[in-house]
Amino acid sequence: MSSRKLNLLVWVGALLCGSVAGSVSAGEVNAAVAANFTAPMQQIAALFQKESGNTVKLSFGSSGKFYSQIKEGAPFDVILAADEAIPQRLEQEGLAIAHSSFVYAQGKLVLWSAQPGLVDAKGAVLGKGNFNKLAYADPKLAPYGLAAQETLQSMKLWDKVQSKMVTGESIGQTYQFAATGNADLAFIALSQITKDGKVTEGSWWLVPSNLYSPIRQSAVQLSGAKDKAAAQAFLTFLKSAKVAAVIRSFGYELP
Amino acid sequence: MPQLAPDDLQAVWLTLKLASVTTILLLAVATPLAWWLAMSRQWYKGIVSALVALPLVIPPTVLGFYLLLLMGPHGVVGDLTTALNLGRLPFTFAGLVIGSVLFSMPFAVQPIQNAFEAIGRRPLEVAATLRAGAWDRFFSVALPLARPGFLTAMILAFAHTVGEFGVVLMLGGNIPGETRVLSVAIYNHVEAMEYASAHLLAGGMVLFSFLVLLSLYLAGGKLVKV
Repeated sequence: MSSRKLNLLVWVGALLCGSVAGSVSAGEVNAAVAANFTAPMQQIAALFQKESGNTVKLSFGSSGKFYSQIKEGAPFDVILAADEAIPQRLEQEGLAIAHSSFVYAQGKLVLWSAQPGLVDAKGAVLGKGNFNKLAYADPKLAPYGLAAQETLQSMKLWDKVQSKMVTGESIGQTYQFAATGNADLAFIALSQITKDGKVTEGSWWLVPSNLYSPIRQSAVQLSGAKDKAAAQAFLTFLKSAKVAAVIRSFGYELP
Repeated sequence: MPQLAPDDLQAVWLTLKLASVTTILLLAVATPLAWWLAMSRQWYKGIVSALVALPLVIPPTVLGFYLLLLMGPHGVVGDLTTALNLGRLPFTFAGLVIGSVLFSMPFAVQPIQNAFEAIGRRPLEVAATLRAGAWDRFFSVALPLARPGFLTAMILAFAHTVGEFGVVLMLGGNIPGETRVLSVAIYNHVEAMEYASAHLLAGGMVLFSFLVLLSLYLAGGKLVKV
């Protein structure tokens, strides 16, 4: 082996040791994150890692599933839920630190189609009925599904479109139904089709916020992580102005 | 005694309907396929066997997702069904049947194929010397001798369809009375934190599955030793 190669090996070895040592000395945060917040969360976690040296382990999924897992002792430190109800319930049951929950993002509902030009700027397409299927997330499971139901009820179209409704178990699946073209229309989160503050694909209608109750997504620190400094630091970081900019760039509002 | 909600009862019936239709169709498709696999010496037999066994290995959600793409407006199958004026298959009962047939295919083909192989060539050759034609040999000799394999195939295909989740979830769209089967209903109850309803359905399903397997093993003890 040439001395150059050996040198390189030593360097790589040193780097590896350094990074392992680093992760041991710094903290680690296990975060359960609502699936709709996947893309912004990845950016936020990377930022946090860079600034604090702490690592964040991310699990994405539905808040309901996380709730039952936390109840059974899942090792999460914080949960970023898709609604306010689940963090509140965790607080009441003593599974989360009392009064620690806060709204980290407010979701916006859109009516979206993969076909350009199908959805008009006022959502009139819903009343016209020139579409095959309308997908929405199960209102019992997903806040965006409930918002979709409220919107259709506010527009007095709920009964009319019933025969065309298909239900996704999450907004991720609802998006998939529309993205594959199997459903012409879908009620999804603006964040799902927003990148760098812009929507580039298909056609969409940003549903006016007076048609549905606000989708306030709330985060909370879990009781098991009471003494974990990294978890506390992460939640503080989540409230910072820098993070707020990231969250907005993905199509969320802040309270 | 807790009562089943009308929605859940509907899901139970739909599941039984899906499993029955799937089992009947599977018998029709799997029998000739298993016969061919048992008898053929073609070089591409291995390829066909691998394709039949594929659903054992790939995650159901993957199968469901590809079916969603294939049957959709940008897919080959979707184009075909639209051209035939059948509409599109995702979100329909017919779509679930096709997904279930593919998904449970190995559970139907393999027991029948094993049964055919166990018979061997000799009884068929003897029948041939007695001037039985090809169809006669199949229906009068092979089928009766392979009966245990058929029974196993039917029970496994039925039970496997009842327990199916991923494919239905991806293709179904959760429409009551059309695509909301038992496993999806249970999943939704759990997600919605309605644990009582979930327990009722899930407990019933565990009991049902146990009884099916028990009957299979009890009958198997007698039937497999022909």
